[in-house]
Amino acid sequence: MIQELSKAFSDPKIWEKIGAQTVEHLYLSLTAVALALLVAVPAGILLSRRPKLAQPVMTVVGLLQTLPSVALLAFMIPFMSIGNKPAIAALFLYALLPILRNTYTGIRSVDPAAKEAGRGMGMTPLQLLFLVELPLSFRVIMSGVRVSTVLIIGWATLAAFVGGGGLGQLIMSGFAMVRGSLILAGGIPVTVMALLTDFLLGRLERAVTPRGLRV
Amino acid sequence: MVRFENVSKVYPDGTRAVDNLTLDIERGEFVCFIGPSGCGKTTTMKMINRLHEPTAGRIFVNGKDIMSMDAVTLRRGIGYVIQQVGLFPHMTIAQNIELVPKLLGWEPAKRQARVEELLPMVGMDPEVFAGRYPRELSGGQQQRVGVLRALAAEPDLILMDEPFGALDPITREALQDELKRLQAKLKKTIVFVTHDMDEALKLADRIVIMKDGQIHQVASPEELLRNPKDEFVAQFIGRERLSASPEMLSVAEVMIKNPVTTDPGHGLAEAVATMKKRRVNSLLVTDENDRLLGIVTARDLERNRTGYKTVAEIMRTDLPTVSPEATLQVALERMLLDRLEFLPVVEQDGKLVGLITNTTLVDALSRSVWTEGESA
Repeated sequence: MIQELSKAFSDPKIWEKIGAQTVEHLYLSLTAVALALLVAVPAGILLSRRPKLAQPVMTVVGLLQTLPSVALLAFMIPFMSIGNKPAIAALFLYALLPILRNTYTGIRSVDPAAKEAGRGMGMTPLQLLFLVELPLSFRVIMSGVRVSTVLIIGWATLAAFVGGGGLGQLIMSGFAMVRGSLILAGGIPVTVMALLTDFLLGRLERAVTPRGLRV
Repeated sequence: MVRFENVSKVYPDGTRAVDNLTLDIERGEFVCFIGPSGCGKTTTMKMINRLHEPTAGRIFVNGKDIMSMDAVTLRRGIGYVIQQVGLFPHMTIAQNIELVPKLLGWEPAKRQARVEELLPMVGMDPEVFAGRYPRELSGGQQQRVGVLRALAAEPDLILMDEPFGALDPITREALQDELKRLQAKLKKTIVFVTHDMDEALKLADRIVIMKDGQIHQVASPEELLRNPKDEFVAQFIGRERLSASPEMLSVAEVMIKNPVTTDPGHGLAEAVATMKKRRVNSLLVTDENDRLLGIVTARDLERNRTGYKTVAEIMRTDLPTVSPEATLQVALERMLLDRLEFLPVVEQDGKLVGLITNTTLVDALSRSVWTEGESA
């Protein structure tokens, strides 16, 4: 197995493949997460203003996440045919929940004293949101983003099923040819990418957190 | 400065938090709202900056009906300090203090100058503290900054919602002193909500006691201590506190009300018997109208053991006395200076109404010391 692996990796072609597919993989994942951010953060903020709506909305978004991923991908094909579009759409749906939930909880858990002080000092609702609520819930929102990103990088391997590209292709080839080395050639970079992204996001989070909030 | 006109606040569930309240707060006045929890004191205060809105009646700030003003503009013109401090943890001390000026669009240089002017007012060095974050400060320092933040944009009116409630007693005391000092210097109008009567008595020019959403009594601290309107107020002030400090206590409040007396015509043996029976070492001599004539002590009797004399013949008449209205402080000073063991309390017409002895003084003083200890 190890011999086979080292043989497979000594082939320069496979490195080319890994490189190209890694880029695709990242593109799929990050696009999906970015779109999810654009939707879930504002949605989470709105929900925090309407807590009564929050529960039903969370339930629906939570249900999306329980759909089997392959089924969801297949379900996208009639609407978006094949390629990276249905893949991104499916990944986007999966990425929503952690970000939405954390934005909602994050904003809801901002110290009421800080909010009252802000209001009492004459902040408009938007100022309160941008000067107080978002900075104070940043860590919680960010941890939702990290969860989503790691999750999506893993799930993006399935994009290959609908012709969406990414490292899933290597894994699928490995399955088809019963070549464990190929599966690993696709799987290891995915894992490394997920860990690395989580680490980098953690560093980013720390870098932009004011000293007063650092633990 | 602030006027409440028949203001009521009824919550949707029917709770009457504030009930037909009318009150005028003068410019430069320090007013404390106090009352048991749920009495509507906080709601009343928060209606001034429209964090709560009245359901009936009108509130004027600086002569303007606040409901006709933009809530945000109104609030930027009123300082606000809350109990939980509410400093923004993600902002430095300087950023916290200059927040309202920033919202009001002051130039950065002017804001910085303001921060550097304010911090020293509470004994904090801007060099050291401006760049720190709230959690790098002690609770007392945080609330000092909380107060400064309210002062930053130079509002005439400041609302304080139990600002020192969460601090330890020593820090609380220190901040009260500082606030009092700041107020004397800056002459702000301060509306201060508290549930701590000591705090209200110490800080307020006027105390508004609230009960069930209504004003129960409005009075200066002095007036309140002397004339609590009823049992509720008295109890709220605390019987003990009513007679807490020697400056506040009157002689009448602590004196022995029925001192042991004797008639001038009594024989000495009779006097000795009375002393023995009542377990005292001196007798006040009074006439039939209770007017004080003099005093005999056990020592006087001892010296005249053999003769058949009356009390009138051996009594001393050059007694220092004190009036019942005098403060305990006065009585205390006189007794200390003249090394007296007792001081008869005599009304203007010479009528004896009581007696102050060393023991009464110790009692009264220890009581005030103890109550201070307990309430702290």
